[in-house]
Amino acid sequence: MRIVVLVKHVPEPTAVWRFSDDLTLDRAGLDGRLSQLDEHAVEQAVRLAEEGGPTECTLTCLTMGPAPAADALRKALAMGGHQAVHVLDEALHGSDALATSLVLAKAVQRLRFDLVVCGMASTDAEMSVVPSMVADRLGVPQATNASALSTNGTSVTVRRETDSASEEVVVPLPAVVSVTDQSGEPRYPAFKAIMAARKKPVQAWSLADLGIEAAEVGLAAAGTVVHDLRPRPPRTAGTVVVDDGDAAVRLADYLAGARIL
Amino acid sequence: MTTVLVLVERGGAGGAPVRKPTLELLTVARRLGEPAAVVCGPVGEEIVETLARYGATVVYAADAPELDDYLVGPKVEVLEEAVRRTAPAAVLVTSGPEGKEIAARLAVRLDSGIVTDAVDVQPGPDGPVVTQSVFGGMWTARSRICRGMPIVTVRPNAAHPEPLTNYPPPAVEPVAIEFSELARAARVVSRTPRAASGRPELIDAAVVVTGGRGVGSPEGFQLIERLADALGAAVGATRAVTDLAWRGHEMQIGQTGKTVAPQLYLASGVSGAVQHLAGMQSSRTIVAVNKDRHAPIFGVADFGVVGDLHTVLPALIDEIEKRKG
Repeated sequence: MRIVVLVKHVPEPTAVWRFSDDLTLDRAGLDGRLSQLDEHAVEQAVRLAEEGGPTECTLTCLTMGPAPAADALRKALAMGGHQAVHVLDEALHGSDALATSLVLAKAVQRLRFDLVVCGMASTDAEMSVVPSMVADRLGVPQATNASALSTNGTSVTVRRETDSASEEVVVPLPAVVSVTDQSGEPRYPAFKAIMAARKKPVQAWSLADLGIEAAEVGLAAAGTVVHDLRPRPPRTAGTVVVDDGDAAVRLADYLAGARIL
Repeated sequence: MTTVLVLVERGGAGGAPVRKPTLELLTVARRLGEPAAVVCGPVGEEIVETLARYGATVVYAADAPELDDYLVGPKVEVLEEAVRRTAPAAVLVTSGPEGKEIAARLAVRLDSGIVTDAVDVQPGPDGPVVTQSVFGGMWTARSRICRGMPIVTVRPNAAHPEPLTNYPPPAVEPVAIEFSELARAARVVSRTPRAASGRPELIDAAVVVTGGRGVGSPEGFQLIERLADALGAAVGATRAVTDLAWRGHEMQIGQTGKTVAPQLYLASGVSGAVQHLAGMQSSRTIVAVNKDRHAPIFGVADFGVVGDLHTVLPALIDEIEKRKG
């Protein structure tokens, strides 16, 4: 079975965001990491690969992004990926979700696949649309937001927790699955695994390798234009009282003043 | 006037025929053109009346077992067909997990720009201008769609639903589709509905009462629920609480759960991790109860109580009951 796991290099959750003049996120100036939500995707993909046995299964970690995104691939390899592909091209700067899904889908096709595993969202843009877009471009079904998944080699079975119900969904392969942060703790790679990951193959692919024109991607090709971007006015801390036995009454007074009571 | 398509979210059994975020979408759609509603599932008088009251002039009605039996595939094809028939000025969908998936597949098929998680949508000279709260809620972006037909997913509470006093009965247009093999691939083999809590829905509620790890135990969380019931509020939880399985994931607020923006957000035993703040810091008023005076939640709270929630909350519930009394 050929599994491809899609990963993204994102700013650290505590990063202070900065933007370039073209209103894109200044990724070069930020400390980054493999998205915490994608670690769940890698974990589930590695578990499936381990169950299938190393000879039967190839697990490829795929990312697109500037040079530092290679760090996310190394982490995914240390967690158990077999090989990695980094789509790297100047022309990708400023790509929107549509262009991102085009590039990832072309790369997945080039790799050939039975199952694509993604995280539930990136922790920077947080749109959650790329898994569905990649699935649509590949012409395959998707099962999103899986809290558990398993496969018999011809289909995947997924458990989903929606607002209204707990569901079990069966999807024939090939397919795209996204997993939630409820799917299980990602493993913490041991030193030996980190060292071994350095020797695993990482290929760099350009747009030309994927048969994509530079004009199809990047900021100029985006389907949306950002007019302006402003920092949210910070919330200021209000009144803080220390409970001396009267806090409940003071809190009730406050709620009455705010017309909640 | 040009059509603006709205994908309808049906209400749960025994409740309102349509969920409140759909009424908000119709209200927003009226700013941009003439709303037409797309309904998946059986269409009765009550649902048509409700959609008309909020401005729908046409209801596209698709009713087929496939719409329930499979994940989003069939719904995407219904919406695609409605787009083909109406050549709309925009498509509006509620920004939840399902709505985003439908919108994402539609965007690829129409090669159209998409904006998700809108907190406001206004008409502009070159199409809708969409406001989003982005990057963990720390930035506000305004943008527009510059390619294809604008597709916008709109967050609950982005608008106040405004009913019309005079409205004509809408035309009901059946949409019958032979669903593709791809649409009929992700099959739901079992579905266990959640028991209704009897409380308001988290994303719609005017008041949200949330408990964090500080409640101490699954039993301790009942205190949060008692306070919520005293206030007629919805109940939320932090990721710590759902990870510990003290309460279900559907109650989780934050980056990997729900984003809420109620009139009052009352957090108890919640430290205020950035991932949690991302899901609630647009609330009108934030109140926090925590025994650690250095908890980050106090940095965003309009009113904070440094104290033990196990003594403060029971006293607060008594005080609320007394004042209501």
